[in-house]
Order: sequence, then C-alpha cells, then structure tokens
Amino acid sequence: MLRTVLQLGLGRNLLIRGVGTRRGGSTLDWDGQVSEIKKKIQSVLPGGSWNPLYDSSHLPPEHSDVVIVGGGVLGLSVAYWLKKLEKQRGAIRVLVVERDHTYSQASTGLSVGGIRQQFSLPENIQLSLFSVNFLRNINEYLAVVDAPPLDLQFNPSGYLLLASEKGAAAMENNVKVQRQEGAKVCLMSPEQLQKKFPWINTEGVALASYGMEDEGWFDPWCLLQGLRRKVQSMGVLFCQGEVTRFVSSSNTMKTVSGGEVTMKRIYEVHVKMNNSLEYQPVECAIVINAAGAWSGQIAELAGIGKGPPGTLQGTKLPVEPRKRYVYLWHCPQGPGLETPLVTDTSGAYFRREGLGNNYLGGCSPTEEEEPDPGNLEVDHDFFQNKVWPCLAQRVPAFETLKVRSAWAGYYDYNTFDQNGVVGPHPLVVNMYFATGFSGHGLQQAPAVGRAVAEMVLEGHFQTINMNPFLFSRFYLGEKIQEQNII
Amino acid sequence: MAAPRASLRLVAPIWNGSTRSIHGLSGEMAPRGNQRKRTLLQLLTDCFCDVEALREYLLQKQLSNVHWKNRSFTHIEEQYGPYIGGAFFILKQGGAVKFQDKEWIRPDGRGRFSLEFLKFQAVPVEAVDASGCAINYQGLDNLLSMKELQSLSLKRCPHVDDWCLSHLHPLANSLQELLLAGCPQVTERGLACLHHLQNLRRLDISDLPSVANPGLTQILVEEMLPNCEVLGVDWAQSLKLELEEQPRDTA
Ligand SMILES: Cc1cc2nc3c(=O)[nH]c(=O)nc-3n(C[C@H](O)[C@H](O)[C@H](O)COP(=O)(O)OP(=O)(O)OC[C@H]3O[C@@H](n4cnc5c(N)ncnc54)[C@H](O)[C@@H]3O)c2cc1C
Repeated sequence: MLRTVLQLGLGRNLLIRGVGTRRGGSTLDWDGQVSEIKKKIQSVLPGGSWNPLYDSSHLPPEHSDVVIVGGGVLGLSVAYWLKKLEKQRGAIRVLVVERDHTYSQASTGLSVGGIRQQFSLPENIQLSLFSVNFLRNINEYLAVVDAPPLDLQFNPSGYLLLASEKGAAAMENNVKVQRQEGAKVCLMSPEQLQKKFPWINTEGVALASYGMEDEGWFDPWCLLQGLRRKVQSMGVLFCQGEVTRFVSSSNTMKTVSGGEVTMKRIYEVHVKMNNSLEYQPVECAIVINAAGAWSGQIAELAGIGKGPPGTLQGTKLPVEPRKRYVYLWHCPQGPGLETPLVTDTSGAYFRREGLGNNYLGGCSPTEEEEPDPGNLEVDHDFFQNKVWPCLAQRVPAFETLKVRSAWAGYYDYNTFDQNGVVGPHPLVVNMYFATGFSGHGLQQAPAVGRAVAEMVLEGHFQTINMNPFLFSRFYLGEKIQEQNII
Repeated sequence: MAAPRASLRLVAPIWNGSTRSIHGLSGEMAPRGNQRKRTLLQLLTDCFCDVEALREYLLQKQLSNVHWKNRSFTHIEEQYGPYIGGAFFILKQGGAVKFQDKEWIRPDGRGRFSLEFLKFQAVPVEAVDASGCAINYQGLDNLLSMKELQSLSLKRCPHVDDWCLSHLHPLANSLQELLLAGCPQVTERGLACLHHLQNLRRLDISDLPSVANPGLTQILVEEMLPNCEVLGVDWAQSLKLELEEQPRDTA
C-alpha cells in the first residue's frame, strides 16, 4: 500500500519535472501544468489566437473596435452601454485599458458616493434622475447569471442645501426647475428647518431645499464592481496597462477664408504593459477618453491643444486633478438617524456614516488654497482652520468632535466650468470624452455612459440632450451655468 | 426548433430553484441534490454560450415577471378613481383593503374577490394589508394617492426594500401605523427616512434580517420618531423576559 502511494507520488513528481524542464524549469504544480496544456490546446483549436512564436495571452488584442482609456466608473459605464445598445450580440469589440486594477488613486473609490437632483441645469437634473433610476434597478441592469445580487447600500436620506439671503432667490428658481424635471425636492423656511432638524443652527440661513426621495449616498465600490462583473460577462475585454501613445493619420483642409484645418483620426493606441518595456499597438476605430483626473494628459497625447492659442486646434481639454480631502469624525452628541447630507452656506458639507455617531465631510478649498495635487497626503490643518469652524457654527454639537481618519482623492476638475465633457472632439474625430465632472461624476456615470454610447453608435444623443456638454464650448467660450457645484 | 423547447422545459425547473438565491436574498442553502444539478448547469453554461444565453433570458424573464405583477390598472383607475384603482391592485396581489367604515375585503383562497367595492368610489381607503405580497417600488405608486391611508402592512414582502420606504413620504399626513416585520430587504438605511412620516404612532420593525444592529437601530428609530411606539427586536424578547421576571418580583 505504502509503496504504491510512494510510487504514485514519485511518478507524478518525475512527470512534473519532465514537463518542467522541457518548458525551461518552471515550477508550476500538476494542476497548473494541466490547465496550461489545456489552454495551449484550446488556443490551437480553430478560432483561438494561436501564435507559435511567443505567448501573448497577457497582451491586449491587436484589434478592437473601441478602446476605452480608464476603467473607472465612467469608462465601465460607457462599455456597458456600448454592449447593451449594440444591434447584435458581439457586434462590437470593446477593450478597457486600466493601468491600476487596484484603483488605488481612482476617484471612484475615493468619493463620498453622493447622488442628488439638486442642480440648476435641466440636463444635470435629467442625468441624475436617469442614474437614480438605474441604481434603483441595479440588480436588473447588472444582473449576471450565477452571481449574487449587488448590495448598493443606498442611504435614501436626501440632500439638504442651505442658502443665505443672497442665494435664496436662486435656490427658489432652481427648485422650480428641479420639480419641473420630476425631482422630489421641497423648500423649507428656517422655522420649518429648525422644527425638522432641531440640531441645526439656522443663523444666516434664509432658505433650505431638501430632497425627499432619490437622493442620498451609496457605495461607489459596489457600483464599480457590479459594472465590471457585468461588462465582463457581456464580453468586454480588460487589459492592465497604460496608454502611452496614439498613432494618428491627419488630413489638412482649407477653409473658405483660407485658414488650414487639420483633421486627425487615431488608428492605433499603444498600451504599455505594467512593469515592463513591452507595449502592444491596438488598432481601433474609436477611442474613449474616460481617464478621470488624468484625461487632460490623454487628450494631450492625442495632440489636442497643440496649436496656436485661440484656435480650435490650440484649445486644451481643461481637465486636471484637484486634491479634495474627506474627514471622518466621531461626535457622541451629534445629529441622529434622520441626518441628510447637509451642505452649508459656507460650502462645507457633512453626512452621517453608519450608526455609531460617525460623520464624514469636507469642504472645497478656494482657488488660492488649492493644494498641490502631486500626492494624496491629507492636510489636517485644513480641517482645523477651514472645515471645523463652519461645521461647528452650523451644528453646535460639532464643537466637540474627534477626527478619526481622513483621506484624499482627485476631482476630475474642469477648470473652465466644473461640468462634464461628453461627445467627440471636433478635430480628433474619433476621440470621445466622458470626463471632467468635477465632483459629480459618480452619480451621473450611468446616464453619461449611455449618452456616449448613443453618440458612438447613432451619431447623436437620444435619451438626454447633451449638446451643451460638447467639447466645442471651450473654443466658443460658452460656459455651462451650473450653480450647485459642491 | 424542437430541441431548444425541450431544453427549455428541462432547464426551467432547476433554474427556478437557483434563482431563489438570486432574488430571495435570504441566503438559504439549496438542498444537496439541487446543488449538484446546479453545478452541472454551471458547467453547461461555461461550455456552451447558447445555454448561457438561455439562462440569461430566463433570468430577465423572472425579473420582468415581478414588473408584470406590479403593473398599474390604469383603466380601472381612470374609470373609478385612485381608491378603487389602488384597492383593485392590492386585491389582485392577494392583499386586503379596508374602506372607511366598511369591512375588510380579502380575496378567497383562489385569489378571487367580489367586485362589490367598485361602488365605494367616494369612500377613501383607510387600511391596506399587503403582507406577503409581491409588491415593489413600482407597485407602491398605486397606494400613494390614497391620502387617507392610516394603516399599511407590508409584512414579509420579499420585494419591499429601502427604496420603497423612501417612496412613502406622500402618505406622511395620514399614515399612523406601518408594519414592516419580516421584510428581508429592509435595512436601517431605509428606516432612517421614515422620519418623514411625522404622524406615525405605531411602527413594527421586528424580525428584519438585513438590519445589522437591530437593538441600536431600534433605539435610534425611537429617538427619531419620539411620538411613535416602535415594536422592534426585543419587543418579543422583553415580553418573555418580563414574564420570567415577574415571579421573582413577587417572591
Ligand atoms: C473626495 C471626493 C468626493 C467625491 N464625491 C462625489 C459624490 O459625492 N458624488 C459624485 O457623484 N461624485 C463624487 N466625486 C467625483 C467622482 O468620484 C468622479 O467624478 C468619478 O469617480 C470619475 O470617474 P472616472 O471613471 O472618470 O474616474 P476614475 O475613477 O479616476 O477612473 C479613471 C481611471 O483611469 C485610469 N487611467 C488614467 N490614465 C490612464 C492611462 N494613461 N492608461 C490607462 N489608464 C489610465 C486611472 O487609473 C483610473 O482608474 C468625488 C470625488 C472625490 C475625489
């Protein structure tokens, strides 16, 4: 008995060694070997991507109809809607290139996950309403056979926006627009506010608007993973690597007035593999720039903004990383279960986090205070000097609080008008944008993904008219007038 | 053509067993034999994309079934008004309704009910018992126009979730009693927005499996709704404790 076992074991060992030496001494175990061989056989079978010279399974494919740069929530949403709206199963090949599969610096995972309809621009309200509908039915949209349902952890606690006397008229107007669009928002006087939320100090508040439904916060990570799981099941390919170069062809034309216009078309994307010098050119028809805070750099790679200033060619994509801090604190006497996400007249915001009297919040710095976006270190003095005074003034209970932790993340900040950029570039004709949402990109991602997919597949926006969000506004100098940027 | 139909018949019953875990959220284990069949099905799914497509189709079918059950009966609502429309919806679902100063109306064992209530057009509905019904967010719309609704029972409704609770605020002026016991999807996040219902006098939140900290949640809900009697986790437990303690007191 013992001998047979020994023999068996030995035999196996020998076999492994035999195969191992032939393949150059790799130390895979038996199961690994078998699956390796199976893979080889599979790739040799018709339809596989067999290449007798070297193993290229870690590289992205050589062709893909659409290449999406950035696998954050916006990139994945575009991928989802492209596959969802394609005319026939498997009609388009979509590749998502993401340089960091841990998403350590991506804005999506570092956001506070808020969703609201309290915008001033009808388009922004519509985007948010579409997205909340998506999130409500997330387990239908993102259902995958054999996978457990997603737990989005949506807190329907609403947003409470406070306005000073100066901002009251604008707030009233905005709420009118929001209600017209179908959002459930109500206005409150300081007395009503005091009655509903006794912990608020209404000094300096002239009017408040409060979302009754469809507003609150959710787990951004769950949305990201759910999208990832779904698009993978729909046949979208993923590749870990960095987009470093675009190869494009150009066509120069003369305008009536004699000026020259150069139209470009990207036909190859170079994807550099992580931790190696190896790169793979991917031939493609369409590139989607969803690189979040880094999408300005991606645009530059495609030659956008390289031209004489004042011309369309010289107009840059005005998106850059801006560092924002989020602090988490504990306050035993703090507001209770009913606490919504409150944004103060000063711009500071906070919300409840869980049940144990924990809260999180922050404040956007002014243009002069803007911290260096070189790293993601947290400035604790910023809380002491800028955030806490505002919080304690608004909620007296916050005078005694203890900061538990803090983190920082990058806004994909649009320096032109703090709003999204959606749709194709007028000159680099096959680069589409889905970026620049400066602090509300997460909540609008489901709707923006659909808009971009519609633009790619149909050539125009169908569900929501996103024309005001086109790139050309930077050249024309037409700012989007959105007042509620948090 | 015959082959896919045969496989459809073959797959559906097995698959139904497995979707319970997709929807039910109750996390109950499938029986062993069932599990083996499931893995076989998974294997088939992995090998043949046709099977995968079929199962995906069936999954979508199951989802749209819930939608179908929650459709509004617009023609009835248009003809008889919101009270009758809502009542019809609830009775169709298998629940019961009570018009003001009238007896409870419920369907019999086979889901049939008399249409006598169609003449109560001007009578408001004051109580709805939808316990165990397949009502969801969309279906709740049928109740929101009942401005005199005082009592609503959603006990053990599998599709009632936090989104549904946030949807109840239009009833804030009238609703006095809300029973949520045994709803598998309701969590503390949804309970937090019940503070819109300022007239609530009685709230049953016992036996909610998805609430992580039932004791703490109950205290916080009580703080949030000071005028409301909250029946929670330890309501049943404390009754038992009281019974145990009483003899000691007398001794
Ligand atoms: C502190 C904070 C709070 C926020 N709060 C909210 C909120 O409450 N509500 C809300 O809606 N939004 C909020 N946001 C904004 C929101 O997080 C972003 O708008 C949104 O996540 C942007 O998604 P994205 O997919 O474009 O970006 P990201 O998630 O950053 O994804 C971009 C990805 O592109 C990859 N990438 C970049 N360059 C390359 C390259 N060359 N090659 C390959 N890959 C590349 C990056 O690795 C990254 O993973 C907040 C943001 C922050 C920082």
